[in-house]
Amino acid sequence: MNLNILSNDEFLSKFEEAKGILEENGITRDILRDKIVSCIYKIAEKSAKQVVSIENKKYNETDRKIDRILTSKIYGIPVMIALLGVVFWITITGANYPSELIATGLFWIEDRLTDLFNLLEAPKWLHGVMVTGIYRTLAWVVSVMLPPMAIFFPLFTLLEDLGYLPRVAFNLDNFFKKACCHGKQALTMCMGFGCNAAGVIGCRIIDSPRERMIAILTNNFVPCNGRFPTLIAIITMFFAGIVAGPFKSLISALILVAFIVFGVVMTLLVSKILSKTILRGLPSSFTLELPPYRKPQIGRIIVRSIFDRTLFVLGRAVCIAAPAGLIIWVLANVQVNGLNLLTHFANFLDPFAYLIGMDGIILMAFILGFPANEIVIPIIIMSYLSTGSLIEFENLSQLYEVLVSNGWTWLTAVCVMLFTLLHFPCGTTCWTIRKETQSWKWTVLSFLIPTVTGIICCFIVANTARLLGLA
Amino acid sequence: MGLTNNSTGIGALEKELKIERMTDDDKVIAIAGNPNVGKSTIFNSLTGLNQHTGNWPGKTVTNAQGKYKFKDRNFILVDIPGTYSLMANSVEEEVARDFICFGNPDATIVVADATLLERNLNLVLQTMEITSNIIVCVNLMDEARRKKIHIDLELLSELLGVPVIGTSARSGKGLDDLMQAVYDVTAKKIVPEPVKIEYDGVIEEAIAVLEPEVKKHLNENLNSRWVALKLLDSDESYFYPWKNI
Amino acid sequence: MPLNYLPLGKKGRVKKLVSDGIVRRRMLDLGLIDGTEVEAIQKSPSGDPVAYFIRGAVIALRSEEASKIIVEPS
Repeated sequence: MNLNILSNDEFLSKFEEAKGILEENGITRDILRDKIVSCIYKIAEKSAKQVVSIENKKYNETDRKIDRILTSKIYGIPVMIALLGVVFWITITGANYPSELIATGLFWIEDRLTDLFNLLEAPKWLHGVMVTGIYRTLAWVVSVMLPPMAIFFPLFTLLEDLGYLPRVAFNLDNFFKKACCHGKQALTMCMGFGCNAAGVIGCRIIDSPRERMIAILTNNFVPCNGRFPTLIAIITMFFAGIVAGPFKSLISALILVAFIVFGVVMTLLVSKILSKTILRGLPSSFTLELPPYRKPQIGRIIVRSIFDRTLFVLGRAVCIAAPAGLIIWVLANVQVNGLNLLTHFANFLDPFAYLIGMDGIILMAFILGFPANEIVIPIIIMSYLSTGSLIEFENLSQLYEVLVSNGWTWLTAVCVMLFTLLHFPCGTTCWTIRKETQSWKWTVLSFLIPTVTGIICCFIVANTARLLGLA
Repeated sequence: MGLTNNSTGIGALEKELKIERMTDDDKVIAIAGNPNVGKSTIFNSLTGLNQHTGNWPGKTVTNAQGKYKFKDRNFILVDIPGTYSLMANSVEEEVARDFICFGNPDATIVVADATLLERNLNLVLQTMEITSNIIVCVNLMDEARRKKIHIDLELLSELLGVPVIGTSARSGKGLDDLMQAVYDVTAKKIVPEPVKIEYDGVIEEAIAVLEPEVKKHLNENLNSRWVALKLLDSDESYFYPWKNI
Repeated sequence: MPLNYLPLGKKGRVKKLVSDGIVRRRMLDLGLIDGTEVEAIQKSPSGDPVAYFIRGAVIALRSEEASKIIVEPS
């Protein structure tokens, strides 16, 4: 179409004439829109009446009954927490076995690679960089990250296909309304438990740009699959030991839940602060459809999720974990003044890290863990033992010994857990935020907000405990 | 809601997915519908693994495209965002409307939920105003049957003046008929004649003044009556794309 | 009567929308035009939002939105 019609005089005069007709009859833009929509809906209503015959007027009764339980005052929220708990439990316990399997497989390949390098009489440093540096980090990330993702997301999709997820938003909307944001943020938050990057993209379901931005900036306040194992390991080593026997796992679970609830509270608090400061505004209109419950297509979900997720994770591992592996290996193996770079870096961070209840090595591990949170604990162990490459302990009590002999107390453990919950988003998430917001400013903010929150929390906890002489 | 589907796909962040016809004979089909009507099930069933996801140019709205072959022809299926209306009240609706309107699809499938027909017809009627190459797909017929809701598809087709196909995408029922209908419409074997939506006298009067003028400038694929109405009801988001044509 | 005062289980017909702009358009898209029947069916655990049965679909609205829809109880 050849235009500018908008600067075509003949067109414009007709346009004004037509507008004039409407105005003379008192039809403003809002009224025109009303009339258009009403007219279309009336035709829809009439046609539907003619073609649809309903035998049983109560066909929705089952859905209403389910809703009366799943969104009831008494059971609504407990059922929701229980379901989420079951999803986590299946994810965490279910991931162990495939994780081990993948790790065994990938480390077998590592040995073969080593053989190959030996056979070719390759220089030692080349083997170090390629195999114990890049390949091992890659193998690590894939084996730790892939199984939980491949379990969590199908389960999450299952809840969505069943029609349950909108009910979660319905149940929690009031909390989010009080924080001046959207009920659907509850869903992107839940998704963040699986992967913060996915959670950030999920924020697309929120229409209002202001509320979407808040959801993006606060997504990182819930721990993703990459951070759960760290939290669980520390809880098990330092806190669950207090009670023996069958209550041990119950206590671990309770502490974990407390941390998650704390993350959710922080999400709401920061959302509220954001919407009173830089993202000021009123909540936008809220309309949420609660679709009928439907039988999910389990087979399709599993195939698609695993297929998609595998490629997603592998792609991410190659792009981000491989260079990280290279850097970590170089830092651990290049010596300056008799000490490797890692130690210099850790010593430099030490005084600040002490202020927030940790030590230089831990803080450094968090920084080097920027590409993927899964490698934070392995870096800590590697540095304490000066092994020069990532290693992990099969046995938690052995790990406990190493940590304690390097000065860990219960306070260190608490601060590490707090900082695990509250620190900068991982590399992939930052990159995703940049893509979604199209802005470096918001990306930097999304980096700073949780980090500063974490530093403040750890500082308060560490120094209060020290002042009171508790640690 | 399409939450997990949209945010964890392989190419969720790739940008600017363009439509590429391999040959001039390839047909581009837009697939529209309300949220939760099984649109992505139909999309996935038709295209299988032969699909890409990315973003609409310049928007953080997920765009999925896939190919399928039916008889002698290749079809490129474009999954446009699930919306309740095409009034451009949100970015999704804007993207959906702009594609149906300016993306020049050879046909548009509107997927409707058999158990919620009345509300879904709103979108069907709105789409029919824009384009006449439209196939209505009444999905979830199995759910409707289970709830003892009966739908007279033939009568609906007669009332609307466009082909109406009943499907149960989860079990794959009716998809062949759907592909056949799409084939027939794009091959001009069936020429849909959507009913005209009559508005209040005054609005009709205003349209009558503007429409002939619009028609002069318009290519054949767009409905001049609808364009005239939209210009009267216009907001900036609507004026914008005109400048690119 | 504003829709948010409609008791659970009761039906009403839309008399008018008092909102404007984008909120009004959203309501219209849901099919809330003059005479549309609406039934309040379920409260969320904290009492807000409330789910309404509108043209065969279940739609949750916050009290802010619902208060801008005037209904005639029936």
